[in-house]
Amino acid sequence: MALSTGTTLVYLFAAALFIFGIRLLRSPQTARAGNLVAAVGMFVAFVVTFFEFPADALTLVLIAIVVGLGSAVGGVIAVRVPMTSMPQFVAAFNGVGGGAAALIAFSEFYELEQGGGDESIVILLFIFFSILIGGLSFAGSIIAFVKLEEIALGGSVTFPGQKLVNAGLFVLALALMVTVISGGPVPLVLTGVLLALSLLLGVLLVIPIGGADMPIVISLLNAFTGLAAAASGMALGNTVLIIAGALVGASGTILTYLMSGALGRPLSKILFGAVAAAGTGPAAGDGEEKPVTSGGAEDVAATLAYEADSVIFVPGYGLAVAQAQGAMADLMRTLEAQGKDIKFAIHPVAGRMPGHMNVLLAEAEVPADKMFDLEDINDQFAETDAVVIVGANDVVNPTAREDGDSPIAGMPILNADQARHVVIVKRSLSPGFAGIDNPLFYDVDKTMMLFSDAKQGLEGVTQSVKNQG
Amino acid sequence: MAAEIVPQVIVLVLAIALGFELISRVPALLHTPLMSATNAIHGIVVVGAVVIVLTAEDTLTQVLGLVAVFFGAVNVVGGFIVTNRMLEMFRGGSRRRRG
Repeated sequence: MALSTGTTLVYLFAAALFIFGIRLLRSPQTARAGNLVAAVGMFVAFVVTFFEFPADALTLVLIAIVVGLGSAVGGVIAVRVPMTSMPQFVAAFNGVGGGAAALIAFSEFYELEQGGGDESIVILLFIFFSILIGGLSFAGSIIAFVKLEEIALGGSVTFPGQKLVNAGLFVLALALMVTVISGGPVPLVLTGVLLALSLLLGVLLVIPIGGADMPIVISLLNAFTGLAAAASGMALGNTVLIIAGALVGASGTILTYLMSGALGRPLSKILFGAVAAAGTGPAAGDGEEKPVTSGGAEDVAATLAYEADSVIFVPGYGLAVAQAQGAMADLMRTLEAQGKDIKFAIHPVAGRMPGHMNVLLAEAEVPADKMFDLEDINDQFAETDAVVIVGANDVVNPTAREDGDSPIAGMPILNADQARHVVIVKRSLSPGFAGIDNPLFYDVDKTMMLFSDAKQGLEGVTQSVKNQG
Repeated sequence: MAAEIVPQVIVLVLAIALGFELISRVPALLHTPLMSATNAIHGIVVVGAVVIVLTAEDTLTQVLGLVAVFFGAVNVVGGFIVTNRMLEMFRGGSRRRRG
């Protein structure tokens, strides 16, 4: 259906706002304004649609109710969700978007069929692409949510022949699309089968993925939803859907690539490697008891107060889980009051997503100029007196640098082991996501383990530093 | 039939090219907010869903369309608010100091 000139121009204006908004999101100073600009674009595009397609009062009331409900659900979740569980809710928001794209394509197909079924092959192609990718994104995002929220399917879920099954299903879906497009009138049931296949593919694609790789998968599914939205727009002849969807599809793909680069994990290895890697590599905690130096809060405080002028904090996932960012900021202020130089080393995937830890620390009022990326700080560890590692493990595991056969070989790590003193606040010696031992724990001359919950441990150290000072 | 869709294909290809250009060289700090913001932007499907409902000719498509409107609204509103919350913290961290 062709849009009126007025609506087309307003849609174009909305699309320009999206582009401008994303552009502003590239810099920390203007990012918030960029988000608001994009939101205004969304509002404009939404409102003008009602002028383009007049409808009866009942339909308008129904839409108003449903939009109200959806906004309330999305809004309440977004306001209430703790920043530590933010990744899984981004996945959830992404999933429903993918589901919506698939439903739109399915409805459009159904309408075309009812109207005589003389639709062009190109339109059908976009409809089926949207159903396949939208459905996949919907199911995959739900699995990502379930895994990250730790409801079920923890770790990497694999079964024999998984790759074969996935490949088979994908070929089946493509074959179905080709059959449907080339072969005259399309039975509705085949479209239903395609939808079911896409959901199954989404589930199977995400279940083998371990927690550490999940942000990259969420980013990929985000790009998928964008592409599905663009394809729905092609089917509907709606320019604003095409432009916004394509922008997200393309930028999401680049973002996924940047993230996997920051992790040193090629996308193919993440998506298809888990199945092969499962069961290989040395398991941690193989019954062998190795000695460690462990201490209490006062021992750590003594090291920091008397043997260190420069300290680098390395916050990890455990800090995020324990909501200990505030306790870490308090320790920073206490040590700074004693004239010590404090920096934060942020691994690209500290927390659960790139940038997630920066968000948490900013929430605790740690100045942005004290947070350093891996490349910027890695040379400074060797000249630093003490490193305080809180709830991190794999990201400071020197095995990644030294052992080419390690499952995390090649992953960029923080060179915390090069500092003079290492303090590790951690609940136990248990391994991280990668499931391997960390030799840094067992460096009895250099490393002191403080076995504690991140928050209690840091509060204890802060109190002891104050008492000693 | 196919000729009608050509302008749309042009728009699609240009928008994809622009999307690739827009995101290169973003600091890692902003990766998560950027993902979250683009996540909200693909909530534009809510507009497509509204079009389906407004032009629906039978009950089935109207119901499916309304479900899609619900999903899309969750995506848009949740997405923009959660992104705003993340970015608000960056600003708060540099300007507000605990007295």
